[in-house]
Amino acid sequence: MTTVTLFGLCGSVLVGLGLYGLLTHPQPLRRLIGFNLLGSGIFLIFGVIARRGGTAAVGGDPVPQALVITAIVVAFAATALVVALLLRVFTPEQGSS
Amino acid sequence: MTTPHGAWLVAAALWPVLAMLLVVVSGGRHAARITLLAMPVGLVIALIIGAHVLPEGAPLRYHLGGWLPPLGIGLAADGLSAIMLLTTAVVIGAAGLFARADFAPAAGAPATRTSLVFWVLLLAVWAGMNLVVIGRDLFNLYVALELLTFAAVPLVCLDGRKETLGAALRYLMFALLGSVLYLLGAVLLYGAYGTLDIGLLAERVQPEPAAWLAGALITVGLLAKTALFPLHLWLPPAHAGAPPAASAILSALVVKGSFVLVIRLWFEVMPGLWSVAGTQLLGALGAAAILYGSVLALRQQRLKLLIAYSTVAQIGYLFLVFPLAFDPAVAQLVPGVALTGGVLQLVSHAFAKAGMFMAAGLIAVALGHDRVSDLAGTARILPVSLFAFALAGVSLVGLPPSGGFAAKWLLLSAALGTGQWWWAVVIVLGGLLTGGYLVLVLMRALNPPETPLTMAKPVARSREVIALALSMSALLLGLLALGPLELPPLIGSGAVPVAGP
Repeated sequence: MTTVTLFGLCGSVLVGLGLYGLLTHPQPLRRLIGFNLLGSGIFLIFGVIARRGGTAAVGGDPVPQALVITAIVVAFAATALVVALLLRVFTPEQGSS
Repeated sequence: MTTPHGAWLVAAALWPVLAMLLVVVSGGRHAARITLLAMPVGLVIALIIGAHVLPEGAPLRYHLGGWLPPLGIGLAADGLSAIMLLTTAVVIGAAGLFARADFAPAAGAPATRTSLVFWVLLLAVWAGMNLVVIGRDLFNLYVALELLTFAAVPLVCLDGRKETLGAALRYLMFALLGSVLYLLGAVLLYGAYGTLDIGLLAERVQPEPAAWLAGALITVGLLAKTALFPLHLWLPPAHAGAPPAASAILSALVVKGSFVLVIRLWFEVMPGLWSVAGTQLLGALGAAAILYGSVLALRQQRLKLLIAYSTVAQIGYLFLVFPLAFDPAVAQLVPGVALTGGVLQLVSHAFAKAGMFMAAGLIAVALGHDRVSDLAGTARILPVSLFAFALAGVSLVGLPPSGGFAAKWLLLSAALGTGQWWWAVVIVLGGLLTGGYLVLVLMRALNPPETPLTMAKPVARSREVIALALSMSALLLGLLALGPLELPPLIGSGAVPVAGP
């Protein structure tokens, strides 16, 4: 088994685990973790695609790497937004009984 | 190659962002003024793009930095983009004018954080919509979709109540699931074909497992964002809980952004990849949405929830386009009467639903509640708003001469023309159910009140007129389609002649 295949399989497993968590868990925090696992799996698969597209001169296709960085930033922003909402939903309102 | 006037696309994408930055820098005091000043300029940009694209049907193109695909990112406006840019500019402008009373700080009063946030988000939705309809690169479109989602979700919970925060959280969870599935599909397409440009992908895509899987993932992701049955669960609480101006743009525009991408994927990237079964499945989900959404709308006690379920149903009509546009002779999706009907439905629903949400918002302000059973007397105190509601209803039901009528007529003729009578049954049944829940509301509102009604809060006539103007636009859209009309190609090339009803 080559490294590329191994990483590809790892990415697929992460996608499966994340999707399962996102779809089945009722607790929002666990679903958020599922979303992040799923995202990481996709980034890993994209990395594998970059590696596979490489030539002898260039170790990897640079385009996916540029895209993955953007995708990570977007996923981070999404995570921050969910956490902010979660905090608002589960913090008892001050001043109300 | 960048076409002449292609730079207007950059202006369409950047103008709302520029206004947004100005609003953030200048603080809440001038937020409303800057936004309202930015809107006519944005409308002019959309009109210029429309004037270049719509008469000839030749798309405008722009390649960022002069880099051509597959490495560079392209922007383009075809007929569909131009129509969406115009619709967005008009509805956002109307929502801005309507929201002035709610979110512009009164003279002398301090600017609140909510008001600043509202105007920033309004401009952000506008920027996101414009990018989604002119983007040509699947990854760029992913970022645009996320911008749209991140702007739309906080609009739901502007008032900070627990219910609306919960609704926003649910919306965000569905939307995030949608975006990661979309991203996975896009990644697989890049892995298989080495490009993310829509035009290049269309040339390279082959009917094989990688393309099928990627197409299915992207489609499901977009359906979650469009709230097609059975992925609609987030929509009613989110759209019903938002402030009226926000509900209007969420229902009228935001769910349509992801729908435009479904059209791009199915008609442009992989028109030949789908079998009869695939298109019939999308149609069946649409039909289920029409029937389920309408029946649930009939049973709602609150006016805004009723309208939100009506959105679930009206989204269903959009997905009837796919089975109706499938030509078995060439085994691919062909833009024609069905697509024209779908786009007309998209635009007329945008205007009608924005007008209806605004009218319902005013009714709720004046009565102090929005219980459907206690609407008696609304006709006395808010005749203009109720008229706006009724006119929007005419378009949703699909009565002549409204835009909704023309849209449903085109879909019906496509259904009968291709011998798929079962979709015609759904369209007619959906119209009847829609008529049912709207007549229910109107009858109650026309009843005389048992005790003389006083307004809980006065409602400015100018806001009623905005709602009325939107509903009227939905109605007048039908007149455009009354004569035989030569529509420019919505996507692809070659004029598509369409016979009017």
